[in-house]
Amino acid sequence: MTRNEDQVAGPHDGPSPYRAGAVQVAPVGYCDRCGEPAATGSHDRCAAARALEPPRYCPTCRRRLVVQVVPTGWTARCAEHGVTAS
Amino acid sequence: MTPPVTTISPAVLPADAAGLLATTRQQVLLEGRGLDERQVLAVLELADEALPELLALAHEVRMRWCGPEVEVEGIVSLKTGGCPEDCHFCSQSGKFESPVRSAWLDVPSLVEAAKATAATGATEFCIVAAVRGPDTRLMTQVREGVAAIRAAVDINVACSLGMLTQEQVDELVAMGVHRYNHNLETARSHFPNVVTTHSWDERLDTCRMVRAAGMELCCGAIIGVGESLAQRAELAAQLAALEPDEVPLNFLNPRPGTPFGDLPPVEPREALRTIAAFRLAMPRTILRYAGGREITLGDLADKGMLGGINAVIVGNYLTTLGQSPDVDLAMLDRLSMPIKSLQATL
Repeated sequence: MTRNEDQVAGPHDGPSPYRAGAVQVAPVGYCDRCGEPAATGSHDRCAAARALEPPRYCPTCRRRLVVQVVPTGWTARCAEHGVTAS
Repeated sequence: MTPPVTTISPAVLPADAAGLLATTRQQVLLEGRGLDERQVLAVLELADEALPELLALAHEVRMRWCGPEVEVEGIVSLKTGGCPEDCHFCSQSGKFESPVRSAWLDVPSLVEAAKATAATGATEFCIVAAVRGPDTRLMTQVREGVAAIRAAVDINVACSLGMLTQEQVDELVAMGVHRYNHNLETARSHFPNVVTTHSWDERLDTCRMVRAAGMELCCGAIIGVGESLAQRAELAAQLAALEPDEVPLNFLNPRPGTPFGDLPPVEPREALRTIAAFRLAMPRTILRYAGGREITLGDLADKGMLGGINAVIVGNYLTTLGQSPDVDLAMLDRLSMPIKSLQATL
């Protein structure tokens, strides 16, 4: 995952939080907040923080997610595993 | 992440604290003159024992000079991440190893976000982009978005697009943008410790252009970014001198991967003292709860509403989540604080 990959998105490339067909990603190899293996160490603080944060990493493949937060929800898109939504 | 509930009990105040509050009552509550920098610092240095009386006075000031209504706003990120600036508190800077990736919101989704915001009773909807300043592509997206929202939703549209040229200011006015947000963030003396890619004075220039063009100015702060109490007082005075229509008060929510990711959140009593101090520096402004209040104040949000705050952001923030709008609306109902109507904002 390079920083350049972060910067190629255009105005219509992001997931639409209102129109996306949400696909639930199968859990769970990685912590979706810190990206570290879920089975390694404690992720209690991550779980607590997630109450006020959307996911940032795909729990299946650890890719960083393209996340769009809107006033009443969020969507998170993994290039490999699709879109999750609140 | 929610701090423990803290009880705040009245106490007998030392003479110097009682004297400061009496002077403040006369100057701010009765005469409507905000505290100056030296006075704000004295308020920020008040002991915890004086906090109940301080909050009560700030609330009286808010009620006298602003009234009981609360302005409700929703915000949305039109362009997320990949920002060339290095604001050390921000997860959207492209200069840090933050997990936040770039995203753009399309116009139909922007309109849906505005509709969802209006459905809460909000009168303001702010479109935000993580940029140094808007380029042609962003201005095009904003132009289309503002037009689409104004055609579909009865809500005031605000923007926060970084530093502007005069031409861009004029274009936003022509679009019908009601209010423009550009925060000073922190005191001028502390700014180089927080941002190195642009200057505090560049920010001030944009704020002045916005005011001169007739848009309402929303200009606020982020508290807890390593500033001293004296610098916090300096910031309050610098904001007061700008006479913004609105001051959003953010509290640092330390973001992973940013230079300030390991700073501690502001202690709740200190946050409440800051809210009251800013109200007493700016008795007539809209003082808004903005980002970070959930992790900073937890169950003490009511105390801030009864200590000078008269506006809230409902729902989520730009990259983090807020409480459900229902929770905040229930709080306002519990406190008998009516939501400001759209008519009252015009």
